[in-house]
Amino acid sequence: MESNLQRALEAKKFVVTAECGPPKSADRRVIEEKAKLLKDWVDAVNVTDNQTAVTRMSSLAACAILKSWGLDPVFQITCRDRNRIALQSDILGAYALGIRNVLCLTGDHQSFGNHPQAKGVFDLDSVHLLETVKKMRDEGRFLSGDELTGERPAMFIGAVENPFAPPYEFRALRVKKKVEAGAQFIQTQIVYNIQRFREFIARVGDLGLLNKVYIIAGVSPIKTPGAARYMRDNVPGLDVPNEIVARMEAAGKGIEDKRARAEAWRQEGITICVEIIQQLKEIEGVSGVHIMAIEWEEAVPEIVQRAGLSS
Amino acid sequence: MIVADQKPIEEILQMLEPYRKVLFLGCQSCVAVCMAGGEKEVGLLAAAVRLARKQQGRPIEITEGAVKRQCDDEFNEPWAQTIQQHEAVLSLACGVGVNKLSERFDVPILPALNTRFFGEVERQGVWAEVCAGCGNCILHLTGGICPIARCAKNLLNGPCGGVRADGTCEVSRNGPRPCAWVMIYERLGKLSQRQNIENIFAAKDWSSDRHGGPRKRVREDMLLET
Repeated sequence: MESNLQRALEAKKFVVTAECGPPKSADRRVIEEKAKLLKDWVDAVNVTDNQTAVTRMSSLAACAILKSWGLDPVFQITCRDRNRIALQSDILGAYALGIRNVLCLTGDHQSFGNHPQAKGVFDLDSVHLLETVKKMRDEGRFLSGDELTGERPAMFIGAVENPFAPPYEFRALRVKKKVEAGAQFIQTQIVYNIQRFREFIARVGDLGLLNKVYIIAGVSPIKTPGAARYMRDNVPGLDVPNEIVARMEAAGKGIEDKRARAEAWRQEGITICVEIIQQLKEIEGVSGVHIMAIEWEEAVPEIVQRAGLSS
Repeated sequence: MIVADQKPIEEILQMLEPYRKVLFLGCQSCVAVCMAGGEKEVGLLAAAVRLARKQQGRPIEITEGAVKRQCDDEFNEPWAQTIQQHEAVLSLACGVGVNKLSERFDVPILPALNTRFFGEVERQGVWAEVCAGCGNCILHLTGGICPIARCAKNLLNGPCGGVRADGTCEVSRNGPRPCAWVMIYERLGKLSQRQNIENIFAAKDWSSDRHGGPRKRVREDMLLET
């Protein structure tokens, strides 16, 4: 088994993954810097695919760079920009470059990005993409049924789900569809509302899925009270309880010095994140956490250490 | 019906710039119903263009008319002579009408409208896209609500994670709209048909959509001997 992530999950380790957003440039050093920061602390690193539809260095290229630095990359691939021909081609290319994990997503709509004039593809959706990768790997056939002519892409296949978007009771069923389609691990939207996450896991358990798929819970440290409020009020599909916003606001109260205040906020953000991880560790059926410290990769080692997660 | 918008008057004036004698030809079908290109709109637009050209010191002669259905030669033919007596035709039909006239007449046919979509009357003055004409209908399985037309990502296995807490879609062009998959879920609940979406909808064959190339429908039994 060549996927470090799969090996760790199968060994019942509580895994830690992190996120690496490629730069809006052709500079490979940005990826290398992130690789150095994360290398000793995580089991695998997700590379986002033009997240929020903003054009960046390709996920595939950044994954290959991470691989050359000895990390285990998770190739995020979305259906927004590629039809089934390009998707399958990139899966083959990724495997040939040594990439062993793939996370199949539909992708953020192009209207949110820096090219809202773009034509969205959406030939397949994430469920179809999962089926396609599984078929290539297990049957040696493309989606159309046409045969691969040699080595199959033996990918460890992942998907995402958002427990915090309605209809809440349907989300577990959607996990079931994704597992049937080929998902071996599920990465969730960022957890701030633990109660709602527990309800989601219970429903996933009721469908008998917890021994069929690894659930990796998304977490993310908050940098400022403003960010907490913004996520609470303006980001569809995120559920940030008022209590967390209040804690972030309280952390900076009475601190005059700007730098000291920012540092106090960051510390509180990390503390909240660590507390959430500790609660997640206690939930049966949760196999690890995915830390999304977006443009704040330096926070990852501290979070991992304080949460008592070893790599 | 086919829903269209009239182009901005500046753009129309620019198209008409080289011409002094133009036929403004509306269509009395879809675009009349959605108040973009019927007889009434022909009159209003002609008045506006005459006034603008007069102010520019370059008056224009406009003949006004409207055809029952510009997408069909049968209804355009009575206008043949009139069309040929003009330097150009400004068509207030949908794009189908513009193409149809262009195939038949050696006169420039200019589009006065931007053809948008086929839609329903959501309420007075509001039209919404609810069918994409993909050529392979699954509405019997989705409670009569089309995910191809009404989901921004045309998901067949939705909803995605971008549903707001109130059930609206995060892609809110022209104001908030309900998530198509939340609508499907709720509607199937009412109809006791949720089992329809418990299984995976297979990847779509888009060749029945326009991705298979421009489409044509032939009814052999309707063809006239030639």
